[in-house]
Amino acid sequence: MPTIVPNEEYCIGCRLCEIACMVEHSGCSDVFKALRPGRPRPCPGTVVEVEGDRALSISCRHCDHPPCVLACLTGAMHRSPEGRVVVDRKRCAGCWTCVLVCPFGAVAKGPDRKVASKCDFCPGRDRPACVEACPNRALRVVEGTA
Amino acid sequence: MHSDPATGQTIKSYLPPRFRVSRDDARCIRCQVCENQCSFSAQRYDQEEDRMVAVDRSCVGCHRCEALCPTGAICIEPSPSTYRENANWTAREIRNLNRQAETGGVLLSGMGNDRPYPIYWDHLLLDASQVTNPAIDPLREPMELRTYLGRRPDALEVAPDGSLLTRLEPQLALEIPLMFSALSYGAINLNVCRALAMAATACGTYYNTGEGGLHESLYCYSPNTIVQVASGRFGVHLDYLEAAAAIEIKIGQGAKPGVGGHLPGEKVNEAISSTRMIPLGTDALSPAPQHDIYSIEDLRLLIYALKEATRYIKPVSVKIAAVHNCAAIASGIARAGADIIAIDGFRGGTGAAPTMIRDNVGIPIEFALAAVDSRLREEGIRNQVSLVVGGGLRSSADVVKAIALGADACYLATAALIALGCTLCQQCPTGRCGWGIATNDPVLARRINPELAAERLANLLQGWAMEIREMLGGMGINAIESLRGNRLRLRAIGLTDRELDILGVLPAGQ
Repeated sequence: MPTIVPNEEYCIGCRLCEIACMVEHSGCSDVFKALRPGRPRPCPGTVVEVEGDRALSISCRHCDHPPCVLACLTGAMHRSPEGRVVVDRKRCAGCWTCVLVCPFGAVAKGPDRKVASKCDFCPGRDRPACVEACPNRALRVVEGTA
Repeated sequence: MHSDPATGQTIKSYLPPRFRVSRDDARCIRCQVCENQCSFSAQRYDQEEDRMVAVDRSCVGCHRCEALCPTGAICIEPSPSTYRENANWTAREIRNLNRQAETGGVLLSGMGNDRPYPIYWDHLLLDASQVTNPAIDPLREPMELRTYLGRRPDALEVAPDGSLLTRLEPQLALEIPLMFSALSYGAINLNVCRALAMAATACGTYYNTGEGGLHESLYCYSPNTIVQVASGRFGVHLDYLEAAAAIEIKIGQGAKPGVGGHLPGEKVNEAISSTRMIPLGTDALSPAPQHDIYSIEDLRLLIYALKEATRYIKPVSVKIAAVHNCAAIASGIARAGADIIAIDGFRGGTGAAPTMIRDNVGIPIEFALAAVDSRLREEGIRNQVSLVVGGGLRSSADVVKAIALGADACYLATAALIALGCTLCQQCPTGRCGWGIATNDPVLARRINPELAAERLANLLQGWAMEIREMLGGMGINAIESLRGNRLRLRAIGLTDRELDILGVLPAGQ
């Protein structure tokens, strides 16, 4: 299973990965329409964390033994047939256990704060949108999981 | 706003903004990428109003925000503000006078001379074959760009069995007649140094350490490294000399002939201090002259000291700025035992130079090259040295013209930095380079990912090499060696007889 690996050495903290992720998951390919000010925005599956002079884009590692799947009370967090760790929005109860147990901090409360939100590895794309958007190649797709 | 260090009193700046940050609000998605990328704080998000605000006065015109804006909402324009027209007191002069009245210091600039002096490359035209000697298609037939730099023997002795009896002096082999010229670690950060080293290695050519020493992590690229010995002798030790493919003695630099260098102490971090072998946080001052070189005889001593130290296996280059009597100086350098002479024209770049020096000292590289090549030929010593020229070469066409004028290879640095994003905003001395090039700020330096940057540089060299092959093919030439110093393949347009004489080129139509 390939995963998205960030490289903190060259992350410039621009957040273009977040924007690309939000556009990809907005159901609309037009960046203006997807992120027009004043409209609710989708929750990005990758989030840039900044501390001191370091920045790092953090997204789900789609672990071999994902703690979030083990911890999920309702079975909403599951592994898809393609091997990705994904949330079934209909089954998620919003208990946030997955948010607590993820060792990478890669699961977030969704924008409506009812169901969990995380990286789905952009099904239907050759490479995830965030990786393609990174202007400094600080995000790479690497074979093998965390 | 400038404050007086003695009194703490501030002086209000009268300078109007130079640029206007124009933003198409209908396209702005308030993502704040412009804000987090602007290293001069010219972009700001106003939370109360939920909109981006530009501080035009702080904008230096580096275009970083424009390049990264995901919606193309930003356009950096020249400020429409103008002074009353005056041919003598131009806006440039008024700005300079104001800056000086506010700071009381020497005006500093980055990059090369930007004044509208003639660019002689644009007055030279290349030849092409028609009917009598056929053009060559470089995609179908071999085309040789390999270049050797170093001293050539006066004659070759060959044994009856075909083996060479003459001992050849050390040579640098270049797959393409292009090298990266000196950019010192400190003036640029380690990521850029690494990218240059990686690209030079990938393309079979050389990069030059400049006078900043060689960082320990770059020794693995030593087969493609030219190390510099400059007036400050920063980072010069035996391992440094041993590591190099060639050694360059820097006498002068095109951007600031006759002037030394000054890397401010704030830029001298731990890695730079250990590489340059100077205390942490101290100013790195390169004296204007090399204090042990006051004559050609002194230069000879240093050339041979370096050759002796490295067992005569590496060519030694001497770099000078293009100045009025460079032909005579070059003759002296050749006779002093240099294997390569590098000449840097007055458009050559720098991390910091006094503006008045940058804009008013030196001569165009086209004249310097023609004069040096002619002089060395007249004296019958052209074979003793290779000529490398640089200083504002913009394209493969400039390179081909330089080689036809007499150069063996070309140095490029500004073109390489532009390939990495540089937009010539000339803010290098501030250390706030928005593109992460001329800065040691760890946050900004991160903007250069060496792997990606090396790819951009290698692409540039590869593209130029292909264009050079095309131009050679058009002239019916299948080896760059056949074009070297072949000024008959050049014609000039719009030049005076005197200029034609110096360049040794016929006018178009003749």
